[in-house]
Amino acid sequence: MQWEIVIGLEVHSQLSTRSKIFSGASTAYGAPPNTQACVIDLALPGVLPVLNKGAVERAVKLGLSVGAKINSPSIFARKNYFYPDLPKGYQISQYELPVVQGGSIQIQVNGVEKNIRLTRAHLEEDAGKSLHEDFHGMSGIDLNRAGTPLLEIVSEPDMRSSAEAVAYAKTLHALVRWIGICDGNMQEGSFRCDANVSVRPRDTEKLGTRCEIKNLNSFRFLEKAIDFEARRQIEILEDGGTIRQETRLYDANKDETRTMRTKEDANDYRYFPDPDLLPLEIPQHWIDQIKQTMPELPQVRRDRYVSKFALSAYDASALTSSRETADYFEATVTQLPAQAKLCANWIMGEISGQLNKEGIEIAACPISPEQLAVLLMRISDGTISGKAAKTVFESMWSGELDKNVDAIIAAKGLKQISDDNAIEQLVDQVLAANAQQVADYRNGKEKAFNSLIGQIMKATQGKANPAQVNAMLKKKLAE
Amino acid sequence: MTLTVNDVKRIADLAYIEIDEGEAKETLIQLSGIFNLIETMQAVDTSTVEPMSHAQSVVQRLREDEVTETDQRELCQSIAPQVEAGLYLVPQVIE
Repeated sequence: MQWEIVIGLEVHSQLSTRSKIFSGASTAYGAPPNTQACVIDLALPGVLPVLNKGAVERAVKLGLSVGAKINSPSIFARKNYFYPDLPKGYQISQYELPVVQGGSIQIQVNGVEKNIRLTRAHLEEDAGKSLHEDFHGMSGIDLNRAGTPLLEIVSEPDMRSSAEAVAYAKTLHALVRWIGICDGNMQEGSFRCDANVSVRPRDTEKLGTRCEIKNLNSFRFLEKAIDFEARRQIEILEDGGTIRQETRLYDANKDETRTMRTKEDANDYRYFPDPDLLPLEIPQHWIDQIKQTMPELPQVRRDRYVSKFALSAYDASALTSSRETADYFEATVTQLPAQAKLCANWIMGEISGQLNKEGIEIAACPISPEQLAVLLMRISDGTISGKAAKTVFESMWSGELDKNVDAIIAAKGLKQISDDNAIEQLVDQVLAANAQQVADYRNGKEKAFNSLIGQIMKATQGKANPAQVNAMLKKKLAE
Repeated sequence: MTLTVNDVKRIADLAYIEIDEGEAKETLIQLSGIFNLIETMQAVDTSTVEPMSHAQSVVQRLREDEVTETDQRELCQSIAPQVEAGLYLVPQVIE
């Protein structure tokens, strides 16, 4: 039987506010334990939550960027469960009327566009951390993270492969960073994915029983966990078994998922509206104000790059993978608008390759867009060859001669020979010295042509303009 | 909806409340009374009434996103039964 995999994702993205969602404690990462846990985060008697305006603004930004409905009023609910790193005995979350309702995200997989619908995105507080080792049979609790604002972004079950799930997660990851609501740091847990996976016979409508895989903190684990889980479910069904609805954990070391809890012992969270928080009103004028502060969205820029610069959809997507990359491209292409493809190639090729190699972000790139533009101008006006440009690029990267392109070209003698007379002379010399090959070519041996080109390039240490040499040689041989 | 003694035990279990058989039966009577009350209320036609999410008709006030709390760890931990290395210690719970 042919099986179809059905995937929905829940992403917890930590909002980049300075203070917590319901208290004035700092959210900075890495502070000594419990130094950023105030009486509200500790749930001491008599304290009350006060909602952070910055958290609401960030949720609204996400909503606007995915074309969702912003609910007003929006309400907060208590999600009840017992765990020592949740001191109140409930998490303040949203159940009915989340801030963001609906919307969608465009993804690309192997050049094919697909629309993934969002169910909702709601605000909630994070829990603390439990440390189970080294405390002589006790658990150590650090509540620094308790109360950190999260936006849980829930998709519809619209993905049909792990590749689509990864593309969605990456697009969403790029989007939250683009609009500046989350730093996207996956190692620090700022962007965590849970995947709901089920399988069904191809061409059927009814969804299979799903399992939820928790806390996937890298795109690679997301992909592997989904692949493993889908295989596991298909094997059970093909052996005549049934899938049990449950929560599973992915073990990266063993590359497998295993049961965390089954539905029978799952918590009944007993959601109810939190009486400590009043309904949240988000008036239209506030939404309009927030809209003013938002950057041009990646999808809009992508479309503009295709229409204005005639770039392919693939190039346009790569350049808009982050706002910094897109800004770098625009700053470069402004200097030579007719050479957008050349700019794109160099940014996605040399620049991004070198950045990867050194593990730095484009914001820290040692070559400025203006400096790169000068280099690219020297290629497009024929001063240097593409090959020589790579040598210049390396020198610029290591800071030689103040990254002055023309100075480096002069110092290294990389200027291309583009003078027609000089090239004609060169071609004549080589033809005279290689009479046999000339004869071979005239007798139909095409290969002899390349050999002659090689001789000319060798004689000039590769500095002759290849296009001109080519044309001149053809002309001479036809005489 | 009719509640059973088993439902009561399940709810008690979720709420981490220990109750014995006698208390469970007693609670069943009380909870059933509340359910009857709800049933009576549900008979009222509210289709034209807008749902209310809070008893007061005022809206949530918001805080500016600023850090206003300073480190009070020492004070807070002075009333904790057990602390170590800045952490609150609790009986071990592993999910």
